[in-house]
Amino acid sequence: MRRLVSVLFGFFSLSIVVIMIAVATEAATLINGAGATFPFPLYSKWFAEFHKVDAEVEINYQSIGSGGGIRQFTEHTIDFGATDIPMTQEQLSKAHTPILHIPTVVGAVVLTYNLPGVPSGLKLSADVISELFLGKIKTWSDARIVQMNPGVKLPNEPVTIIRRSDGSGTTAIFTDYLTKVSPDWKTRVGTGTAVNWPVGLGGKGNEGVAGLIQQTPGSLGYTELVFAKINHLSYVAIKNQAGEFIEPNLNSVTLAASSAIKSMPKDYRTSITNPSLKGAYPISAFTYLLVHESMPKEKGEKIIKFLQWALGAGQQYAQKLYYSPLPPEMISKVNHTIEAIHLVPDQHE
Amino acid sequence: MSNFRLRKRARREIHLGDLVFSYFLRALSFGLALLLAVIGFFLFRGAFASISRYGWSFVTESVWDPVQEVFGSAPVLYGTLVSSLIAVLIAAPLSIGIALFLNEVVPPKIGRTIGFLVEMLAAIPSVVYGLWGIFVLAPWLRTRVEPILAQDLGWIPIFSGPYYGVGMLAAGLILSIMIIPTVFSISREIFKTIPTAQREAALALGATRWEMMKISILGSSKSGIGGAIILGLGRALGETMAVTMVIGNRAEISASLLAPGQTMASVIANEYAEATSDIHLSALIEIGFLLFVVTFIINAFARLFILRETKS
Repeated sequence: MRRLVSVLFGFFSLSIVVIMIAVATEAATLINGAGATFPFPLYSKWFAEFHKVDAEVEINYQSIGSGGGIRQFTEHTIDFGATDIPMTQEQLSKAHTPILHIPTVVGAVVLTYNLPGVPSGLKLSADVISELFLGKIKTWSDARIVQMNPGVKLPNEPVTIIRRSDGSGTTAIFTDYLTKVSPDWKTRVGTGTAVNWPVGLGGKGNEGVAGLIQQTPGSLGYTELVFAKINHLSYVAIKNQAGEFIEPNLNSVTLAASSAIKSMPKDYRTSITNPSLKGAYPISAFTYLLVHESMPKEKGEKIIKFLQWALGAGQQYAQKLYYSPLPPEMISKVNHTIEAIHLVPDQHE
Repeated sequence: MSNFRLRKRARREIHLGDLVFSYFLRALSFGLALLLAVIGFFLFRGAFASISRYGWSFVTESVWDPVQEVFGSAPVLYGTLVSSLIAVLIAAPLSIGIALFLNEVVPPKIGRTIGFLVEMLAAIPSVVYGLWGIFVLAPWLRTRVEPILAQDLGWIPIFSGPYYGVGMLAAGLILSIMIIPTVFSISREIFKTIPTAQREAALALGATRWEMMKISILGSSKSGIGGAIILGLGRALGETMAVTMVIGNRAEISASLLAPGQTMASVIANEYAEATSDIHLSALIEIGFLLFVVTFIINAFARLFILRETKS
């Protein structure tokens, strides 16, 4: 009996070693990343597709949130980070080594609502939106909303604001927009991943917000475009700077990105909410991958290869998942940035 | 302790293996106590920046504003205590009633089956409770229960104001279902320890069935039931996911149970991953530290109760 056990044990340990060797030789390069949840559906698609392009690379991504991604990345526990909001100057200076922001796609935040009998495409302007979220406009039949929507029968019901309860890039993008369009919002609430909301109920995650909106007649909230689409929520056409009411779609969101190209800073850390261009959707943002400006050669080469692929062939996967591709003139700019990444020889200890 | 005495009494009969095993167990149990102390220490260390910056105002202030870096945890402390209290008020009589019923009234076979089903409630993941809360409980409260409460009992402050379905009441209800298995199984185990002779004695004196339960069962297991309830309360205090999904997540102290609230565990779960500034992170860890202290105290009380019960 004892001999049998030891034989079995030996067999098992041998087979584990064999498996480990097999795994090690198959994926020569394991790249670890973590961060934003917002682009996660697209990124997981990208990593799977890229593995087909280069079978040597295995990319492992944890969607733990932008804040967690930035923290882990600056502590060098992962090879790349991902964030929806660019790092602040303070965070960059804390990181000791230079960091590059690589924009990958553009994502939109949409205002969604649940008003039985009112079709999708309700029109709202920036000042009305900010007053709704400040709690100043309390009912759907408010004169200004009625005036903007001739022919739409608005109920005389209270507005229930639904917003994210968890800290999120989506909230940061939306509050960034409100801060730009409303001085009152700027002083009372401000911009952040989590803010002190004047009114409303909090739902956890995009799915929590979408669920609450579906369950609450008279509600108004914000989610990522993809969640409004797959849950068939009605969404608002928002009045942009040019005075047009714009619905979120791939074109209007990419246009918002184009409008920022002229004034684009070198490190791409910019906000594209409330753009001035005609036809541009007002609430959208770049989502970024974070990489070190100089990387060890072996991993660095693969990461560069992946980034170039993502900005090239990878862009076609964006649309199917309701992200907007980067404007072409921007892709060439970002490619120059990627080419400038330093590779340092691997240090073998 | 017993090992020590044993060694004195019969030194020659002690085997080396027993001795090693006893030291091993001792090391394990000290290790566990050490682990608790280390957790407390690290939470305190992580929270230190926030503790030294805000002091007592962290507990007394009620504004939670990560943008302005103003952190006051009074509303989440309040939310945690009130939602858990509602849960206990509903769950305690219900679970004790179920335990009595299954132990004393129905035949043992049926009692075992139903008891098993009640205990199965503990096996449901809390996110499933949360989803059920959003899609079934909250709409039901909003359309059927809360309109009646607001209309007929609206003059009582706890049922006043607008209602949304989600809120303190929904959170308390979900929690009460989640802690029923805890309170139920401990009280049933306590009832089982009561000797049959004690029941028969009461019946022989002419007590009705209910009087028998009151005198010989409930009467003699008071502190044990207290312990069971407090353990349930401890579970309710720390519950995160299900509560986050139905409480409405507004950090505000409101007398009305129909209003949304926020709990300590849910604010941590909500904001930890995306907390970008160091002081925000530290404030969240301080909430964790407070929660640790509160649950620790409550569990210690429960142990004391049960200890007293088993001794007597």
